[in-house]
Amino acid sequence: MTAIHTPLTLTPKPVAVPPLVEQLKGGLDAPICLTWELTYACNLACVHCLSSSGRRDPKELTTAEALAVVDELADLQVFYVNLGGGEPMIRKDFLDIVDHAVGRNVGVKFSTNGYYIDQQAAERFAATDLLDIQISLDGFDAATNDAVRGPGSWEAARRAMDNLAAANFGEFKISIVATRHNVAQLDDYKKMADEYGAQLRVTRLRPSGRGVDSYQDLRLTHPQQQDIFRWIIDHPDVLTGDSFFHLNALGTNTGETLPGLSMCGAGRIVCLIDPIGDVYACPFVIHDEFMAGNVRDAGGFASVWRESELFAELRQPGAAGACASCNAYDACGGGCMAAKFFTGIPLDGPDPDCVLGHADEAVAAANAAGIVPQPSQDHSRPVRIGARPS
Amino acid sequence: MEPKTEPEATAVEEETLVQEELLVEEISIDGMCGVY
Amino acid sequence: MTSGTASADIGEKSTADCPVTFDSSSKWERSAKIGLRSEPFGALAYHFDTRRLVFLKSTTLVDLVEGLVDHESADAAIEAIVEPADDRSRRAHVLALTSLAEAGVIEPVTPAISSVG
Repeated sequence: MTAIHTPLTLTPKPVAVPPLVEQLKGGLDAPICLTWELTYACNLACVHCLSSSGRRDPKELTTAEALAVVDELADLQVFYVNLGGGEPMIRKDFLDIVDHAVGRNVGVKFSTNGYYIDQQAAERFAATDLLDIQISLDGFDAATNDAVRGPGSWEAARRAMDNLAAANFGEFKISIVATRHNVAQLDDYKKMADEYGAQLRVTRLRPSGRGVDSYQDLRLTHPQQQDIFRWIIDHPDVLTGDSFFHLNALGTNTGETLPGLSMCGAGRIVCLIDPIGDVYACPFVIHDEFMAGNVRDAGGFASVWRESELFAELRQPGAAGACASCNAYDACGGGCMAAKFFTGIPLDGPDPDCVLGHADEAVAAANAAGIVPQPSQDHSRPVRIGARPS
Repeated sequence: MEPKTEPEATAVEEETLVQEELLVEEISIDGMCGVY
Repeated sequence: MTSGTASADIGEKSTADCPVTFDSSSKWERSAKIGLRSEPFGALAYHFDTRRLVFLKSTTLVDLVEGLVDHESADAAIEAIVEPADDRSRRAHVLALTSLAEAGVIEPVTPAISSVG
Protein backbone atom coordinates (compact mmCIF):
# COMPACT_ATOMS: atom_id res chain seq x y z
CA MET A 1 0.00 0.00 0.00
CA THR A 2 1.42 3.36 -0.91
CA ALA A 3 1.98 5.87 1.84
CA ILE A 4 -0.05 9.01 1.60
CA HIS A 5 2.97 11.22 1.06
CA THR A 6 4.08 10.10 -2.34
CA PRO A 7 4.20 13.15 -4.54
CA LEU A 8 0.78 14.02 -5.84
CA THR A 9 0.14 14.29 -9.55
CA LEU A 10 -0.91 17.55 -11.08
CA THR A 11 -4.62 16.86 -11.02
CA PRO A 12 -6.69 19.93 -10.25
CA LYS A 13 -7.52 20.32 -6.57
CA PRO A 14 -11.11 19.52 -5.75
CA VAL A 15 -13.14 22.47 -4.51
CA ALA A 16 -12.64 22.47 -0.77
CA VAL A 17 -15.73 22.29 1.39
CA PRO A 18 -15.47 25.03 4.02
CA PRO A 19 -14.69 23.90 7.56
CA LEU A 20 -17.70 22.82 9.51
CA VAL A 21 -17.63 25.84 11.81
CA GLU A 22 -18.23 28.12 8.81
CA GLN A 23 -21.13 25.95 7.69
CA LEU A 24 -22.58 26.19 11.16
CA LYS A 25 -22.33 29.97 11.29
CA GLY A 26 -24.42 30.14 8.17
CA GLY A 27 -27.08 28.00 9.74
CA LEU A 28 -28.11 24.42 9.04
CA ASP A 29 -31.32 23.21 7.42
CA ALA A 30 -32.40 21.87 10.79
CA PRO A 31 -31.07 22.36 14.32
CA ILE A 32 -28.53 19.87 15.57
CA CYS A 33 -30.44 19.85 18.82
CA LEU A 34 -32.68 22.32 20.55
CA THR A 35 -34.01 23.28 23.93
CA TRP A 36 -37.68 22.88 24.51
CA GLU A 37 -39.19 24.32 27.63
CA LEU A 38 -42.23 22.17 28.22
CA THR A 39 -43.86 24.29 30.89
CA TYR A 40 -43.48 27.53 32.76
CA ALA A 41 -44.81 25.77 35.84
CA CYS A 42 -42.23 25.12 38.50
CA ASN A 43 -42.19 24.00 42.10
CA LEU A 44 -39.13 26.15 42.71
CA ALA A 45 -38.42 29.86 42.19
CA CYS A 46 -34.70 30.12 41.64
CA VAL A 47 -33.50 33.70 41.79
CA HIS A 48 -31.66 33.48 38.48
CA CYS A 49 -34.20 31.46 36.48
CA LEU A 50 -33.56 32.14 32.81
CA SER A 51 -37.19 31.52 31.92
CA SER A 52 -38.73 33.40 34.86
CA SER A 53 -40.76 30.31 35.60
CA GLY A 54 -43.29 29.56 38.31
CA ARG A 55 -46.83 29.58 36.98
CA ARG A 56 -48.13 27.50 34.12
CA ASP A 57 -49.19 29.52 31.11
CA PRO A 58 -52.79 28.79 30.09
CA LYS A 59 -51.74 28.82 26.43
CA GLU A 60 -49.35 25.91 26.97
CA LEU A 61 -49.09 23.43 24.11
CA THR A 62 -51.52 20.55 24.49
CA THR A 63 -50.33 16.96 24.52
CA ALA A 64 -51.39 16.53 20.92
CA GLU A 65 -49.54 19.67 19.91
CA ALA A 66 -46.45 18.58 21.81
CA LEU A 67 -46.42 15.17 20.16
CA ALA A 68 -46.82 16.85 16.79
CA VAL A 69 -43.76 18.95 17.53
CA VAL A 70 -41.85 15.77 18.33
CA ASP A 71 -42.92 14.36 14.97
CA GLU A 72 -41.70 17.50 13.23
CA LEU A 73 -38.36 17.30 14.96
CA ALA A 74 -38.06 13.65 14.05
CA ASP A 75 -38.84 14.40 10.41
CA LEU A 76 -36.20 17.13 10.42
CA GLN A 77 -33.81 14.66 12.00
CA VAL A 78 -32.95 16.88 14.91
CA PHE A 79 -30.55 14.64 16.81
CA TYR A 80 -31.88 15.33 20.27
CA VAL A 81 -33.96 17.69 22.38
CA ASN A 82 -33.15 19.13 25.74
CA LEU A 83 -36.41 19.32 27.66
CA GLY A 84 -36.65 21.89 30.40
CA GLY A 85 -38.95 24.49 31.80
CA GLY A 86 -39.82 25.43 34.57
CA GLU A 87 -39.76 21.89 35.84
CA PRO A 88 -40.56 19.58 32.90
CA MET A 89 -41.59 16.63 35.06
CA ILE A 90 -44.55 18.65 36.31
CA ARG A 91 -46.29 18.04 32.99
CA LYS A 92 -48.55 15.01 33.31
CA ASP A 93 -47.68 13.94 29.78
CA PHE A 94 -43.95 14.20 30.38
CA LEU A 95 -43.31 10.49 29.94
CA ASP A 96 -45.53 10.35 26.87
CA ILE A 97 -43.49 13.07 25.24
CA VAL A 98 -40.21 11.42 26.20
CA ASP A 99 -41.31 8.00 24.97
CA HIS A 100 -42.61 9.40 21.72
CA ALA A 101 -39.35 11.20 21.02
CA VAL A 102 -37.19 8.23 21.87
CA GLY A 103 -39.44 5.98 19.83
CA ARG A 104 -38.84 8.19 16.83
CA ASN A 105 -35.09 8.17 17.38
CA VAL A 106 -34.87 11.68 18.71
CA GLY A 107 -32.59 11.61 21.74
CA VAL A 108 -33.88 13.22 24.90
CA LYS A 109 -32.00 15.02 27.56
CA PHE A 110 -33.90 16.82 30.26
CA SER A 111 -32.91 19.40 32.82
CA THR A 112 -34.60 19.00 36.17
CA ASN A 113 -34.40 20.08 39.79
CA GLY A 114 -34.80 16.41 40.64
CA TYR A 115 -37.70 16.90 42.97
CA TYR A 116 -39.87 14.34 41.18
CA ILE A 117 -37.23 11.71 40.58
CA ASP A 118 -38.27 9.15 43.14
CA GLN A 119 -37.08 5.58 42.99
CA GLN A 120 -39.79 4.51 40.61
CA ALA A 121 -39.06 7.34 38.21
CA ALA A 122 -35.34 6.61 38.40
CA GLU A 123 -35.95 3.00 37.45
CA ARG A 124 -38.23 4.01 34.63
CA PHE A 125 -35.58 6.34 33.27
CA ALA A 126 -32.87 3.73 33.64
CA ALA A 127 -34.91 1.51 31.35
CA THR A 128 -35.38 4.19 28.71
CA ASP A 129 -33.02 4.33 25.76
CA LEU A 130 -31.52 7.50 24.26
CA LEU A 131 -32.21 9.35 27.48
CA ASP A 132 -29.90 11.64 29.37
CA ILE A 133 -30.67 13.51 32.59
CA GLN A 134 -29.20 16.71 33.94
CA ILE A 135 -29.76 17.61 37.58
CA SER A 136 -29.42 21.27 38.46
CA LEU A 137 -27.45 22.17 41.54
CA ASP A 138 -25.92 25.55 42.27
CA GLY A 139 -23.99 24.96 45.45
CA PHE A 140 -21.88 22.16 46.82
CA ASP A 141 -23.55 22.55 50.20
CA ALA A 142 -27.17 23.20 51.02
CA ALA A 143 -26.61 26.71 52.29
CA THR A 144 -24.97 27.94 49.10
CA ASN A 145 -27.40 26.14 46.86
CA ASP A 146 -30.60 26.92 48.68
CA ALA A 147 -29.78 30.63 48.82
CA VAL A 148 -30.32 30.61 45.06
CA ARG A 149 -32.75 27.75 44.54
CA GLY A 150 -34.81 27.72 47.71
CA PRO A 151 -34.99 25.69 50.94
CA GLY A 152 -35.05 21.94 50.41
CA SER A 153 -33.85 22.13 46.83
CA TRP A 154 -30.36 20.84 47.58
CA GLU A 155 -31.76 17.86 49.41
CA ALA A 156 -34.19 17.08 46.61
CA ALA A 157 -31.40 17.18 44.02
CA ARG A 158 -29.16 14.92 46.07
CA ARG A 159 -32.01 12.50 46.59
CA ALA A 160 -32.63 12.39 42.85
CA MET A 161 -28.97 11.64 42.24
CA ASP A 162 -28.98 8.90 44.85
CA ASN A 163 -32.07 7.40 43.24
CA LEU A 164 -30.53 7.48 39.78
CA ALA A 165 -27.37 5.86 41.09
CA ALA A 166 -29.34 3.18 42.91
CA ALA A 167 -31.31 2.45 39.76
CA ASN A 168 -28.08 2.09 37.77
CA PHE A 169 -29.13 4.82 35.41
CA GLY A 170 -25.56 5.25 34.29
CA GLU A 171 -23.82 8.54 33.70
CA PHE A 172 -26.18 11.41 34.42
CA LYS A 173 -25.11 15.04 34.47
CA ILE A 174 -24.84 17.49 37.32
CA SER A 175 -25.15 21.03 36.11
CA ILE A 176 -24.05 24.15 37.95
CA VAL A 177 -24.48 27.74 36.97
CA ALA A 178 -21.28 29.41 38.09
CA THR A 179 -21.91 32.24 40.53
CA ARG A 180 -19.83 34.42 42.76
CA HIS A 181 -20.80 32.19 45.68
CA ASN A 182 -20.13 28.73 44.27
CA VAL A 183 -17.10 29.21 42.03
CA ALA A 184 -14.78 28.41 44.93
CA GLN A 185 -16.51 25.04 45.26
CA LEU A 186 -15.68 23.67 41.84
CA ASP A 187 -13.19 21.11 43.12
CA ASP A 188 -15.74 19.83 45.62
CA TYR A 189 -18.31 19.61 42.88
CA LYS A 190 -15.97 17.63 40.68
CA LYS A 191 -15.37 15.22 43.50
CA MET A 192 -19.10 14.82 44.03
CA ALA A 193 -19.67 14.14 40.35
CA ASP A 194 -16.83 11.62 40.31
CA GLU A 195 -18.31 9.83 43.30
CA TYR A 196 -21.61 9.43 41.51
CA GLY A 197 -19.95 8.51 38.25
CA ALA A 198 -21.72 11.54 36.87
CA GLN A 199 -20.55 14.10 34.37
CA LEU A 200 -20.08 17.62 35.63
CA ARG A 201 -21.35 20.58 33.70
CA VAL A 202 -20.50 24.17 34.60
CA THR A 203 -22.17 26.96 32.71
CA ARG A 204 -22.19 30.71 32.61
CA LEU A 205 -24.76 32.76 34.44
CA ARG A 206 -26.46 35.12 32.03
CA PRO A 207 -28.56 38.12 33.01
CA SER A 208 -31.64 36.47 31.51
CA GLY A 209 -35.09 35.91 32.94
CA ARG A 210 -34.99 36.58 36.67
CA GLY A 211 -31.24 36.72 36.21
CA VAL A 212 -31.72 40.31 35.12
CA ASP A 213 -32.36 41.19 38.75
CA SER A 214 -29.87 38.90 40.46
CA TYR A 215 -27.04 39.35 37.99
CA GLN A 216 -25.19 42.07 39.88
CA ASP A 217 -25.17 39.94 43.04
CA LEU A 218 -24.21 36.70 41.38
CA ARG A 219 -21.88 37.54 38.50
CA LEU A 220 -18.25 36.54 38.75
CA THR A 221 -15.62 39.06 39.76
CA HIS A 222 -12.60 39.61 37.52
CA PRO A 223 -10.33 37.41 39.65
CA GLN A 224 -13.00 34.71 39.64
CA GLN A 225 -13.15 34.86 35.85
CA GLN A 226 -9.44 34.15 35.75
CA ASP A 227 -9.85 31.31 38.21
CA ILE A 228 -12.63 29.65 36.28
CA PHE A 229 -10.82 30.04 32.96
CA ARG A 230 -7.84 28.23 34.40
CA TRP A 231 -10.02 25.62 36.10
CA ILE A 232 -11.88 24.75 32.91
CA ILE A 233 -8.64 24.33 31.02
CA ASP A 234 -7.32 22.10 33.78
CA HIS A 235 -10.48 19.98 33.71
CA PRO A 236 -11.13 19.11 30.06
CA ASP A 237 -13.62 16.41 31.00
CA VAL A 238 -16.00 18.98 32.48
CA LEU A 239 -18.66 20.20 30.08
CA THR A 240 -19.30 23.90 29.75
CA GLY A 241 -21.72 24.11 26.87
CA ASP A 242 -19.09 26.38 25.35
CA SER A 243 -20.56 29.12 27.51
CA PHE A 244 -17.31 30.71 28.60
CA PHE A 245 -15.74 31.64 25.31
CA HIS A 246 -16.13 35.30 26.24
CA LEU A 247 -13.21 34.64 28.59
CA ASN A 248 -10.85 33.53 25.85
CA ALA A 249 -8.97 36.83 25.84
CA LEU A 250 -7.50 35.64 29.14
CA GLY A 251 -5.47 33.16 27.13
CA THR A 252 -3.96 35.65 24.71
CA ASN A 253 -0.55 35.65 26.37
CA THR A 254 -0.30 31.91 26.77
CA GLY A 255 -2.02 31.07 23.50
CA GLU A 256 -4.70 29.09 25.28
CA THR A 257 -8.35 29.09 24.40
CA LEU A 258 -11.14 27.11 25.95
CA PRO A 259 -12.11 24.04 23.95
CA GLY A 260 -15.13 24.62 21.78
CA LEU A 261 -16.18 26.48 18.67
CA SER A 262 -16.38 29.85 20.41
CA MET A 263 -19.40 30.72 18.39
CA CYS A 264 -22.97 31.56 19.25
CA GLY A 265 -25.26 28.80 18.11
CA ALA A 266 -28.49 30.75 18.46
CA GLY A 267 -30.67 30.48 15.39
CA ARG A 268 -27.93 28.65 13.56
CA ILE A 269 -27.57 25.25 15.13
CA VAL A 270 -29.88 25.49 18.14
CA CYS A 271 -32.93 27.42 19.27
CA LEU A 272 -35.62 27.38 21.92
CA ILE A 273 -39.24 26.28 21.76
CA ASP A 274 -41.09 27.71 24.74
CA PRO A 275 -44.13 26.23 26.52
CA ILE A 276 -46.62 28.16 24.37
CA GLY A 277 -44.86 27.25 21.13
CA ASP A 278 -42.93 30.47 20.63
CA VAL A 279 -39.59 29.92 18.98
CA TYR A 280 -36.70 32.00 20.27
CA ALA A 281 -33.09 32.14 19.14
CA CYS A 282 -31.93 30.56 22.39
CA PRO A 283 -33.14 29.98 25.97
CA PHE A 284 -31.35 33.09 27.20
CA VAL A 285 -33.18 35.55 24.99
CA ILE A 286 -36.83 35.11 25.84
CA HIS A 287 -37.70 38.54 24.52
CA ASP A 288 -39.78 39.78 21.58
CA GLU A 289 -36.62 41.03 19.92
CA PHE A 290 -35.44 37.43 19.54
CA MET A 291 -38.70 35.70 18.79
CA ALA A 292 -38.74 34.03 15.40
CA GLY A 293 -42.29 32.69 15.22
CA ASN A 294 -44.56 30.08 16.74
CA VAL A 295 -44.91 26.36 16.08
CA ARG A 296 -48.66 26.89 15.80
CA ASP A 297 -48.14 29.06 12.72
CA ALA A 298 -48.83 27.54 9.34
CA GLY A 299 -45.75 25.55 8.35
CA GLY A 300 -44.96 24.67 11.95
CA PHE A 301 -41.52 24.64 13.45
CA ALA A 302 -39.78 23.79 10.20
CA SER A 303 -40.88 26.93 8.45
CA VAL A 304 -39.94 29.07 11.46
CA TRP A 305 -36.48 27.56 11.48
CA ARG A 306 -35.97 27.90 7.76
CA GLU A 307 -37.78 31.08 6.86
CA SER A 308 -37.99 33.45 9.80
CA GLU A 309 -36.46 36.86 9.28
CA LEU A 310 -34.78 36.80 12.66
CA PHE A 311 -32.90 33.60 11.95
CA ALA A 312 -31.93 34.77 8.48
CA GLU A 313 -30.44 37.85 10.12
CA LEU A 314 -28.55 35.85 12.71
CA ARG A 315 -27.11 33.67 9.96
CA GLN A 316 -25.52 36.64 8.25
CA PRO A 317 -21.90 37.23 9.16
CA GLY A 318 -21.85 39.60 12.10
CA ALA A 319 -20.11 42.94 12.29
CA ALA A 320 -17.35 43.25 14.86
CA GLY A 321 -18.49 46.81 15.53
CA ALA A 322 -16.93 48.30 18.62
CA CYS A 323 -14.73 45.24 19.03
CA ALA A 324 -13.18 45.44 15.58
CA SER A 325 -9.96 47.04 16.79
CA CYS A 326 -9.46 44.66 19.70
CA ASN A 327 -6.90 41.97 19.07
CA ALA A 328 -8.76 39.57 21.33
CA TYR A 329 -11.84 39.58 19.12
CA ASP A 330 -10.83 36.48 17.21
CA ALA A 331 -10.71 34.53 20.45
CA CYS A 332 -13.84 35.85 22.14
CA GLY A 333 -16.02 36.69 19.17
CA GLY A 334 -17.55 39.55 21.11
CA GLY A 335 -19.07 37.18 23.65
CA CYS A 336 -22.70 36.38 24.31
CA MET A 337 -25.60 38.06 22.57
CA ALA A 338 -27.96 37.43 25.48
CA ALA A 339 -25.55 38.87 28.03
CA LYS A 340 -25.19 42.00 25.96
CA PHE A 341 -28.86 42.42 25.27
CA PHE A 342 -29.98 42.13 28.87
CA THR A 343 -27.36 44.55 30.10
CA GLY A 344 -28.34 47.15 27.54
CA ILE A 345 -25.19 46.84 25.45
CA PRO A 346 -25.51 46.92 21.64
CA LEU A 347 -25.03 43.53 20.00
CA ASP A 348 -21.90 44.64 18.18
CA GLY A 349 -20.44 45.89 21.43
CA PRO A 350 -18.34 44.08 24.02
CA ASP A 351 -19.67 41.39 26.29
CA PRO A 352 -20.64 42.86 29.71
CA ASP A 353 -18.04 40.58 31.25
CA CYS A 354 -15.34 41.50 28.76
CA VAL A 355 -12.17 40.51 30.56
CA LEU A 356 -10.34 43.51 29.20
CA GLY A 357 -12.86 45.77 30.86
CA HIS A 358 -14.15 47.23 27.61
CA ALA A 359 -17.75 46.98 28.73
CA ASP A 360 -17.55 48.53 32.17
CA GLU A 361 -18.46 52.00 30.95
CA ALA A 362 -21.20 50.75 28.66
CA VAL A 363 -22.84 48.75 31.45
CA ALA A 364 -22.77 51.70 33.84
CA ALA A 365 -24.20 54.00 31.19
CA ALA A 366 -27.02 51.58 30.34
CA ASN A 367 -27.92 51.23 34.00
CA ALA A 368 -27.87 54.99 34.50
CA ALA A 369 -30.07 55.56 31.47
CA GLY A 370 -32.45 52.81 32.57
CA ILE A 371 -32.36 51.12 29.19
CA VAL A 372 -31.87 47.57 30.38
CA PRO A 373 -34.54 45.41 28.69
CA GLN A 374 -36.83 43.21 30.71
CA PRO A 375 -37.75 39.71 29.57
CA SER A 376 -40.98 39.48 27.59
CA GLN A 377 -42.36 36.52 29.50
CA ASP A 378 -42.56 36.54 33.24
CA HIS A 379 -44.29 33.57 34.81
CA SER A 380 -42.83 34.14 38.25
CA ARG A 381 -45.04 33.35 41.17
CA PRO A 382 -45.77 36.41 43.32
CA VAL A 383 -43.97 35.14 46.41
CA ARG A 384 -40.29 34.39 45.84
CA ILE A 385 -38.82 31.47 47.72
CA GLY A 386 -35.28 31.93 48.92
CA ALA A 387 -33.54 35.09 49.93
CA ARG A 388 -30.81 36.55 47.80
CA PRO A 389 -27.35 35.69 48.99
CA SER A 390 -25.99 38.47 51.19
CA MET B 1 15.24 1.82 5.45
CA GLU B 2 13.29 4.42 3.57
CA PRO B 3 15.31 7.21 2.10
CA LYS B 4 13.91 10.57 3.01
CA THR B 5 13.52 12.21 -0.35
CA GLU B 6 11.04 15.00 0.21
CA PRO B 7 12.26 18.45 1.11
CA GLU B 8 10.30 19.96 3.96
CA ALA B 9 8.58 22.60 1.87
CA THR B 10 7.02 20.01 -0.40
CA ALA B 11 5.97 17.90 2.58
CA VAL B 12 4.17 20.86 4.13
CA GLU B 13 2.54 21.75 0.83
CA GLU B 14 1.42 18.16 0.45
CA GLU B 15 -0.04 18.09 3.90
CA THR B 16 -1.99 21.26 3.10
CA LEU B 17 -3.31 19.69 -0.04
CA VAL B 18 -4.28 16.59 1.85
CA GLN B 19 -5.93 18.61 4.60
CA GLU B 20 -8.16 20.34 2.10
CA GLU B 21 -9.23 17.04 0.68
CA LEU B 22 -10.03 15.46 4.02
CA LEU B 23 -13.53 14.21 3.79
CA VAL B 24 -14.25 13.86 7.49
CA GLU B 25 -14.18 16.50 10.17
CA GLU B 26 -15.06 15.89 13.75
CA ILE B 27 -16.45 18.55 15.94
CA SER B 28 -17.35 18.48 19.60
CA ILE B 29 -21.06 18.75 20.15
CA ASP B 30 -20.24 19.84 23.67
CA GLY B 31 -18.23 22.70 22.26
CA MET B 32 -21.24 24.52 20.86
CA CYS B 33 -23.02 27.22 22.72
CA GLY B 34 -26.69 26.39 23.18
CA VAL B 35 -26.15 22.65 23.24
CA TYR B 36 -27.02 21.03 26.53
CA MET C 1 -10.77 18.50 14.79
CA THR C 2 -9.70 17.24 11.41
CA SER C 3 -8.64 13.71 10.85
CA GLY C 4 -5.25 12.46 9.84
CA THR C 5 -1.81 13.40 10.94
CA ALA C 6 1.35 13.82 8.96
CA SER C 7 2.79 10.68 10.40
CA ALA C 8 -0.22 8.39 10.04
CA ASP C 9 0.17 5.66 7.52
CA ILE C 10 -2.76 5.07 5.32
CA GLY C 11 -5.30 2.87 7.01
CA GLU C 12 -4.11 3.63 10.51
CA LYS C 13 -5.12 6.32 12.88
CA SER C 14 -4.06 6.58 16.47
CA THR C 15 -6.38 7.78 19.13
CA ALA C 16 -5.26 8.71 22.58
CA ASP C 17 -6.35 5.30 23.78
CA CYS C 18 -5.59 2.77 21.13
CA PRO C 19 -4.63 2.60 17.51
CA VAL C 20 -7.38 1.75 15.07
CA THR C 21 -6.34 -0.14 12.00
CA PHE C 22 -8.92 0.04 9.32
CA ASP C 23 -9.00 -3.15 7.32
CA SER C 24 -10.49 -2.14 4.03
CA SER C 25 -10.62 -5.71 2.83
CA SER C 26 -13.26 -6.65 5.34
CA LYS C 27 -16.96 -5.84 5.43
CA TRP C 28 -18.21 -2.77 7.24
CA GLU C 29 -21.54 -1.10 7.86
CA ARG C 30 -22.98 2.08 9.21
CA SER C 31 -23.44 1.86 12.98
CA ALA C 32 -26.94 1.50 14.37
CA LYS C 33 -26.03 3.91 17.16
CA ILE C 34 -25.74 6.96 14.98
CA GLY C 35 -28.10 9.49 13.52
CA LEU C 36 -27.06 10.35 9.99
CA ARG C 37 -28.55 13.42 8.47
CA SER C 38 -28.07 14.76 4.98
CA GLU C 39 -26.88 18.29 4.53
CA PRO C 40 -26.14 20.16 1.30
CA PHE C 41 -22.44 19.56 1.86
CA GLY C 42 -22.70 15.90 2.72
CA ALA C 43 -23.98 14.80 6.10
CA LEU C 44 -23.77 15.10 9.84
CA ALA C 45 -23.41 11.97 11.92
CA TYR C 46 -24.17 12.00 15.62
CA HIS C 47 -23.28 9.07 17.88
CA PHE C 48 -25.87 8.76 20.62
CA ASP C 49 -23.58 7.02 23.08
CA THR C 50 -20.35 8.93 22.68
CA ARG C 51 -22.01 12.21 21.67
CA ARG C 52 -19.44 12.71 18.97
CA LEU C 53 -20.52 14.77 16.01
CA VAL C 54 -18.87 14.05 12.71
CA PHE C 55 -19.11 15.97 9.52
CA LEU C 56 -19.00 13.97 6.28
CA LYS C 57 -17.86 16.40 3.65
CA SER C 58 -19.12 14.87 0.45
CA THR C 59 -22.29 13.25 -0.74
CA THR C 60 -20.18 10.49 -2.28
CA LEU C 61 -18.79 9.66 1.14
CA VAL C 62 -22.33 9.52 2.47
CA ASP C 63 -23.34 7.15 -0.33
CA LEU C 64 -20.29 5.08 0.50
CA VAL C 65 -21.18 4.85 4.20
CA GLU C 66 -24.73 3.82 3.37
CA GLY C 67 -23.55 1.38 0.70
CA LEU C 68 -20.84 -0.38 2.72
CA VAL C 69 -23.20 -3.05 3.95
CA ASP C 70 -24.02 -4.08 0.37
CA HIS C 71 -20.45 -5.01 -0.49
CA GLU C 72 -18.16 -7.73 0.71
CA SER C 73 -15.40 -5.31 1.55
CA ALA C 74 -14.85 -1.61 1.96
CA ASP C 75 -12.51 -1.76 -1.04
CA ALA C 76 -15.28 -3.23 -3.16
CA ALA C 77 -17.68 -0.58 -1.97
CA ILE C 78 -15.23 2.15 -2.90
CA GLU C 79 -14.74 0.67 -6.37
CA ALA C 80 -18.48 0.53 -6.90
CA ILE C 81 -19.48 3.85 -5.43
CA VAL C 82 -16.63 6.33 -5.68
CA GLU C 83 -16.03 8.07 -8.98
CA PRO C 84 -13.41 8.59 -10.20
CA ALA C 85 -11.90 5.53 -8.55
CA ASP C 86 -8.35 6.74 -9.07
CA ASP C 87 -5.54 6.20 -6.64
CA ARG C 88 -5.80 9.56 -4.94
CA SER C 89 -9.54 9.26 -4.52
CA ARG C 90 -9.28 5.73 -3.17
CA ARG C 91 -6.72 6.79 -0.61
CA ALA C 92 -8.82 9.74 0.46
CA HIS C 93 -11.82 7.52 0.97
CA VAL C 94 -9.94 4.84 2.89
CA LEU C 95 -8.60 7.58 5.14
CA ALA C 96 -12.10 8.93 5.59
CA LEU C 97 -13.45 5.49 6.47
CA THR C 98 -10.63 5.05 8.96
CA SER C 99 -11.69 8.23 10.73
CA LEU C 100 -15.31 7.14 10.66
CA ALA C 101 -14.38 3.76 12.13
CA GLU C 102 -12.47 5.45 14.91
CA ALA C 103 -15.46 7.65 15.63
CA GLY C 104 -17.83 4.69 15.71
CA VAL C 105 -19.83 5.88 12.71
CA ILE C 106 -19.09 2.63 10.92
CA GLU C 107 -18.51 -0.79 12.43
CA PRO C 108 -17.15 -4.08 11.18
CA VAL C 109 -19.77 -6.58 10.20
CA THR C 110 -19.07 -9.63 12.29
CA PRO C 111 -18.77 -12.45 9.85
CA ALA C 112 -20.42 -15.80 10.34
CA ILE C 113 -17.96 -18.54 11.35
CA SER C 114 -15.48 -18.71 8.53
CA SER C 115 -12.11 -20.24 7.95
CA VAL C 116 -9.19 -18.08 8.87
CA GLY C 117 -7.36 -17.05 5.71
